[in-house]
Amino acid sequence: MDYQPPPFFSRGPAPLVRLGFFVSLAVLLMVLDARFRYAESIREVVAVLAYPLQRAALAPGELLGAAADFFTTQVALKQENEQLKAKDLLAASDLLTLESLRAENAQLRRLFDARARIPRPSTLAEILYQGRDPFSRKVIIDKGGQQGVEPGQAVIDDVGVVGQVTRVHPFLAEVTLITDKEQRTPVEVVRNGLRAVIYGGGDKGTLDLSYTAANADVQADDLLVTSGIDGTYPPGLPVARVTKIERDAAYSFAKITCIPAAGTDQNRQVLVLAREAGLPPPPVDAEPRAAGGTPKQKRAKKRE
Amino acid sequence: MAYFEQPERILLPVKVSYMALTVVLALLFNLMPWNDLVGVPDMAALVLAFWCVHQPRKMGIGIAWLVGLVMDAGNGALLGQHAFAYAFLAFGAIALHRRILWFSLWQQAAHVLPLLLASQALMLGVRLAAGGAFPGPMYFAGSLTAAALWPTATFLLLLPQRRPESVDENRPL
Repeated sequence: MDYQPPPFFSRGPAPLVRLGFFVSLAVLLMVLDARFRYAESIREVVAVLAYPLQRAALAPGELLGAAADFFTTQVALKQENEQLKAKDLLAASDLLTLESLRAENAQLRRLFDARARIPRPSTLAEILYQGRDPFSRKVIIDKGGQQGVEPGQAVIDDVGVVGQVTRVHPFLAEVTLITDKEQRTPVEVVRNGLRAVIYGGGDKGTLDLSYTAANADVQADDLLVTSGIDGTYPPGLPVARVTKIERDAAYSFAKITCIPAAGTDQNRQVLVLAREAGLPPPPVDAEPRAAGGTPKQKRAKKRE
Repeated sequence: MAYFEQPERILLPVKVSYMALTVVLALLFNLMPWNDLVGVPDMAALVLAFWCVHQPRKMGIGIAWLVGLVMDAGNGALLGQHAFAYAFLAFGAIALHRRILWFSLWQQAAHVLPLLLASQALMLGVRLAAGGAFPGPMYFAGSLTAAALWPTATFLLLLPQRRPESVDENRPL
């Protein structure tokens, strides 16, 4: 016959046992998340629970911003107005030629029997905050699955590509910036059409044009735009500008450093571009993957 | 600080709802848009460690794990990374809880600092293993500020328990 302590002494399993249980649970989750992406449904549930907290956490900042807006001086407003007028004037002349160019372009495309490019539907979103994760460069935007945001969509600002939607919650979405270490963007050099893949530089806020041959025709101050061959980004959006090129005979690749064209760290308003409809399906992979071009998947494709 | 720790006061029993409120407030603090500010303390870790030291029966590894999960989902970090670190932190704090309260507040902070640093180091190790980049030594500055906040946190978090049980007109406080 075994003796048990009276029930008011029982304290459940020992701390070490509990620690072992929860640590193995955490490790399981991390492996599922990092390697197999099975943990998305769990993440979604927790994210929905955390959503009110997230919104509440943003309230003080928004209130402060509103107060600052209220006290904007008239001088500042007037200055901004003048600047905008000047900018408008400049843009107007471009706009006049744009219409005729667009018509001409459509006609030429028809002539070449090319598929007419339909302007993509887009969603205006606001960056809520930068994820408090020093290991990656991600921002959270205020539009999610309910507003039609899907993983893999391109995110741009008024100057160029900011990043790509990598995870969608019902009311929020995570955007991985092009400067993230895991993010790759297919680009081409405007000057000569040379295609390459640009890699995020991580913490430095720069980009690297890796695996470009040492004798490739890339010069400092070259503008890199999206090539559009991936079907994710529309072609021709500015991505980065080359700042420094190091060619070392010891390596077969040049080390090319670029700075992002878009204000990846500054702007609050961004545009989420819908993916182009009617593209032919991508070639069948060895293993079925969900639609979308998350950075992991893109890297995997590059390796193949 | 000495005025309220010298005569050992008998505290009122803690309210679980108050503990929950402080944890939620700490999470709220952590989810605020801090962007790239260096040395922002991890309030959730601090509050969890505090309750694990003061109320090891009511706060435990499981709750710390759950709070960590919310942190991960809210920040887009690797799912389970904070949960892992907080579970260790809670275990360490519970292991220390009999010893730590014999010391003065700053000495207590010195006990908590290694715990906080270790939990951050665990997260760093996990992320490096998952292919992240080292974010620089200033990554650990958050733990220093959090440990420096320990005396303040002790004062604030124990305030409701310091109220007199019955209000006495002739006694201050």
